[in-house]
Amino acid sequence: MEQVPLTHVLILSSILFFLGIFGFFTRRNLITVLMSIELILNSVNINFVAFNRYLYPHQLEGVFFTLFIITIAAAEVSLAIAIIINLYRRFNTIDIDDTNTMKY
Amino acid sequence: MSYDLSSEIILFLPLLSFLLLSIFGKRIKPEISGIIGTMVLSITAILAVYVAYGYFFEFGKVGGVYVKHIVTQFSWLRFNENLSIDMGIVLDPISVMMLIVISFVSAMVHLYSLSYMKGEDRFTMYYAYLSLFSFSMLGLVVAVNLFQMYMFWELVGISSFLLIGFYFTKPSAIAAAKKAFIVTRFADLGFLIGILMLSFGAKTLDFFVLIERLTVPGSPYIAAFTGTSFLGLSTLSWALLLVFAGGAGKSAMFPLHIWLPDAMEGPTPVSALIHAATMVVAGVFLVARLFPIFAISAPDALHIIAYVGAFTALFAAVIACTQTDIKRVLAYSTISQIAYMIFALGVAGWGEGKDEGFTASMFHLFTHAFFKALLFLGAGAVIHAVHSNEMKDMGGLRKSLPITHITFLLACLAIAGIPPFAGFFSKEAILSAAYQNNLPIFYVGVLTSGITAFYMFRLYFRIFWNKLAVHQAGHSHESHTWAMNIPLIILATGAVFAGLIPFGSFVSAQGNAVVLPFNLMFSVGPVLVGLLGITIAYVLYGKKSELPAKISDSVSILYRSAYHKFYIDEIYLFVTKHILFNLIGRPSAWFDKNVVNGIMINGSATSTVMLSGAIKKMQSGRLQTYAMFFLGGVLILAALLVIKFI
Repeated sequence: MEQVPLTHVLILSSILFFLGIFGFFTRRNLITVLMSIELILNSVNINFVAFNRYLYPHQLEGVFFTLFIITIAAAEVSLAIAIIINLYRRFNTIDIDDTNTMKY
Repeated sequence: MSYDLSSEIILFLPLLSFLLLSIFGKRIKPEISGIIGTMVLSITAILAVYVAYGYFFEFGKVGGVYVKHIVTQFSWLRFNENLSIDMGIVLDPISVMMLIVISFVSAMVHLYSLSYMKGEDRFTMYYAYLSLFSFSMLGLVVAVNLFQMYMFWELVGISSFLLIGFYFTKPSAIAAAKKAFIVTRFADLGFLIGILMLSFGAKTLDFFVLIERLTVPGSPYIAAFTGTSFLGLSTLSWALLLVFAGGAGKSAMFPLHIWLPDAMEGPTPVSALIHAATMVVAGVFLVARLFPIFAISAPDALHIIAYVGAFTALFAAVIACTQTDIKRVLAYSTISQIAYMIFALGVAGWGEGKDEGFTASMFHLFTHAFFKALLFLGAGAVIHAVHSNEMKDMGGLRKSLPITHITFLLACLAIAGIPPFAGFFSKEAILSAAYQNNLPIFYVGVLTSGITAFYMFRLYFRIFWNKLAVHQAGHSHESHTWAMNIPLIILATGAVFAGLIPFGSFVSAQGNAVVLPFNLMFSVGPVLVGLLGITIAYVLYGKKSELPAKISDSVSILYRSAYHKFYIDEIYLFVTKHILFNLIGRPSAWFDKNVVNGIMINGSATSTVMLSGAIKKMQSGRLQTYAMFFLGGVLILAALLVIKFI
C-alpha cells in the first residue's frame, strides 16, 4: 500500500503551526489565544509522531513525548483558564488589549 | 612585683580607666569617676617611680652604661621579612624619665581637677579623656618602633583635640581645637613622610635597629641615603628634618607654634598637663630618641634644629612680654622653654664632652615639667578666684591667695633660673652646652633667659602685687580645697628640689654617666641677667605706675607687633584664605561643582533617565507585542542557524 509521504505530514504540521502563530498574534480574545497555543502544541505533536513512525519505526520515544505533551498541555490549559477567570473577575473582560497594566 | 609587669601595668591602667569611664560613664557618679581617675594615675605614678628605681639602680646598668631594656615586643603588622610594625615597651633612661614626668604631672592634674572642674558638665568624660591622654602619652614614650610612636603620637593629638574643645559650646574653643588639630596634623604629614623615607632607606622601623644601621659610617644603609642630595642636604638630613617637622608641630616651634596659645581655651588643668608639661615636649623627646642618628649622620640637620630652637625661644619670649591674658603669657613661655630644650639638643654632638647638650635638654624637660605645671595650676587657682583670665582684673592677690602666691613665686624663681631652684641647674647646663658649641646661640639663650625672668615676674607682680583690683577686692578668697592646694605644694617641692638630682649620671646620650659642668663663674652672668629682668619687672609692675604704658608707647610699633604676636596668625590667614583658598580652593570648588558634579554625576544621571525613558516605551504591557519580539528573536536565531548550515 502506498504510504502517505513524510513531507505531506510535515506540511500539515507546518500549516497547523503557523495557523496557531497567526491566531496568537491576531486574536483579541484570550480564549482564542489559548486555543491557538493548543494548535501550536498539536503541530509539534504531529511532528513527533511522524518522525517516530517514518524514521525510527522500532523506537517509541516520539510517541512517549507526545503523550507527555498532551498531559502537560492539559495541565497548562487548566492553569491558563484559571488565570483567565481571575482576569475576568477583575477587569470584567477577557480582551487582551484591555489587560495592559502589566507594564514597567 | 616584677619591674616588667609593673611597666606593663603603667601603660594599660590608664587605658582601662578610659574604657571604664567612657563606656560606663553614664552610670558612674561624677565624684566617683574623678576618684577612679585620680586613683589610677596615682597608682601609675607610684609604679613609675618603682620602675625608675629598678631601672636606674638595679637592672638598667650593664658595665657602667645604661642600656635599653625591652620589656615586651611583638610584631603587630608585618609587611615583609624585614619590615614590620612592632608594638612593645622599652625602658631606657629617657623613656623612664618621661614615665615619671608624665605619670606624676598627670596624677597631680587629676587630683587638682577634682576640685577645679567640680560641677562641670561631662565631668566623667573629662576624666576619661585625661586617662586616654595619659595612656597615649605613656605609649608614645615607651614605643619600640617608629610607627608605634607615630600611632600614639596621633592618639595624643586626638586627646589634645578633645580636651581643648572640652567646652564645645564656646565657638572660640572649637576654633582652637580645630586649629590645634589641623596645624599638628599638617606637621605630622612631614613626620609620616620622614618615617617612610627613613624606613625605605634603612629597611626597618625599629628604633634601635634604625639607630644601629644609620650610625655606622660607610654602612650600605647610609650609602643609600647620602647618594642623593637636595638643596645641599643629603636625603638622610631631609628625612630627619621631616621627622623633626612633626616634632616641631607638636612642640610648637616657629612657624608651627600658632596653635599652642589658642589651645589655652581648654580647661586650665589640661593646659598644665598637655600644653605645658607633657605633650608639647613630645617633639623634644622624638629628637632625643633619634639623637644618635642626628648627631652622627646628619649634623647639618641638627644645626638647623638648633637655629629653629634659638629663634623660637627669643621670638616667643618677646611676645610673652606683651600678652595680657595670663594663660597666654604662660603659653608663650612654654614655647620659649621648649625651644630651649630643642636648641640644647641642636648644639649637642656625639662623643665625649659634646653630648652634654642632650643631657641638659632632658634635664630641662624634667624640671620644666614641674615648674610649668605648677605655674599653670597656680594660674588656674587665680582664675578660679577672680573668674577672669585678664591681668587687669587681678592685682594684690597675695593676701587672699597665700598658698597660690608662695608656690607661684617659687615657680617663677625656678623658671627665671635663680639658684638654687630647679630651673637654674637645667638652664645653666643648657647655656654651658651652648657656650661650648655655638656662641651666637649662647647669647640668644642668655638674652631669652633675661626676658623670661622679666615676663614671668611681670606676671607675678601684676597678679599678686600692683594695685588691688577694685571689683575683686571683696570676694576673691582662697576657696580652694585640699585637692587644689596639695598638687601646688607637691609640684612646688619638685620645682625647688628637682634641680638637685644628679641628672647627668642617669640620662645621657650614650648611657654613661655625664657630669654636668657646674662653674660658679660661668653661672654669675646668666643669673645676673635673670636678676636684672626681675628688677625691671619690679620697677615697672611692682606698684601701680604709668611707666609701662609710657615705655610701650615709646616703642609702639615694636610693642604693637609683639602684642599681635608679630602677625603670624594673620600671615597664616592671609596665606590660607587669600592664596590657598582663592588660587587652589576656588578653582577646585568650581571644578567639583561643574565638572565632577555637573558633567560626571548629574550628566550620567540625566543620560540614564533619558535612556530609560526611551526604553520604557517598549514595555507596553501588551502580551502580544512581547510575543512579537519573542518571535522576531526566534526568527533571527533561526536565520543565523540556517546561514551557518548553508
